[in-house]
Amino acid sequence: MAKRVLTPLTDDVVLSLKSGDEVLLSGVVYTARDAAHKRLVEMISKGEALPMELKGQVIYYVGPCPPKPGQVIGSAGPTTSGRMDPYTPILIERGLKGMIGKGLRKPEVIEAMKKYKAVYFLAIGGLGALLAKRIKKAEVIAFPELGPEAVYKLEVEDFPVIVGIDAYGNDLYVEGVNRYKVI
Amino acid sequence: MVREIHVDQIVSTVEGLCIKAANILPQDVMEALRRSLEREESPMGKNIINLLIENAQVASTEGVPICQDTGVTVVFVELGQDLHIVGGNLYDAINEGVRRGYINGYLRKSVVSDPIFDRKNTGDNTPAVIYTDVVPGDRLKITVLPKGAGSENMGAVKMLIPADGPQGIKSFVVETVKVAGSNPCPPIIIGVGVGGTMEKAALLSKRALLRKVGEPHPDPKIANLEREILEEVNKLGIGPQGLGGRVTAMAVHIELWPTHIACMPVAVTLQCHAARHAEAVL
Repeated sequence: MAKRVLTPLTDDVVLSLKSGDEVLLSGVVYTARDAAHKRLVEMISKGEALPMELKGQVIYYVGPCPPKPGQVIGSAGPTTSGRMDPYTPILIERGLKGMIGKGLRKPEVIEAMKKYKAVYFLAIGGLGALLAKRIKKAEVIAFPELGPEAVYKLEVEDFPVIVGIDAYGNDLYVEGVNRYKVI
Repeated sequence: MVREIHVDQIVSTVEGLCIKAANILPQDVMEALRRSLEREESPMGKNIINLLIENAQVASTEGVPICQDTGVTVVFVELGQDLHIVGGNLYDAINEGVRRGYINGYLRKSVVSDPIFDRKNTGDNTPAVIYTDVVPGDRLKITVLPKGAGSENMGAVKMLIPADGPQGIKSFVVETVKVAGSNPCPPIIIGVGVGGTMEKAALLSKRALLRKVGEPHPDPKIANLEREILEEVNKLGIGPQGLGGRVTAMAVHIELWPTHIACMPVAVTLQCHAARHAEAVL
């Protein structure tokens, strides 16, 4: 049975989530991938104001397709999270509470998640057509010149994710693979 | 008389192929996904494969991309030597077709012009990566393979030596898949190129993805090696989306080329479950 979770996330909610939990997320999430992460971290290092408040927020690693007429957004599944690893700890330190993506994370990201209480959600890669249907609003709020890499403010409803790595450092990838590996 | 083809026909064909490839998963890939359901033991893995099948059906019915990563556009061209192209240049026509396909098809534009410094999006997914073979006849065969980065980033090339033998190839492929883990969106298809030179092996590994999923190599020795590698890879336990399971890969396709007496180059291209391609013959 999936847990329903609303964004922004509080520490209590983050700490209640365990790796392997199925979650339906609703509320605002922000998109950002490689180029946007680079800019956000540059802005932080220069002491500039960010285009969105990070405290309690969730970032979805996605570069969506453009919407067809009548669509809110085009196909919008997760991209590989590991490419964001060099930038993630500093965002977590600044209050980021959740990330949605796919794939492995580096130990320094997991350490930051434990220290500052954040959670890493997995969405299924290659499920873009179905996931787009759970996005009810989409608006570019920063870096429009980056095209698909712009920062969007999304409103999602019952967006299906799995807790991949929880705030205690439990990693579903490690647990899952250990269960089935033969060599 | 030499047969002629106007570039306009090439432009519109490539436009259509880009959209078709992004939205419609080939039948053989759908069947491979269904077959993998029978082998998967993990409940979560089965659930994921079912969702992937549903997603592909929705994409095809609604005419939307299967995955938002509609890739860098790899185009394989077989140009008949007796065909005369009129009205413009072949490569300009292909790129114009890509541009129209990605704009008119609402596909994501994922190409940056300068790979090192500016990394500025070209805005229309051009230029395509084009490979041309000149072949007998007067036809033009165009195959469009949109290659997503999640899987492309996990590919690898290694210059093995003859003494490494088939075991060396096996170990290298298994290691590459192991390191890739969940990143290339398993269940994957593994293209392996062996022989030639470094870049030839890499190209063979990409072309290997065009083979019907799971169709064995015609040489029984190679078909056997494909089977053995697949078996080893599926012992890794990576499973659908890397969350654990029996089906890490749906197929291994090996393509060969003669090589130097001192060489045995091996390249591995990993392909996500959305193994998209579309072709046309003009």
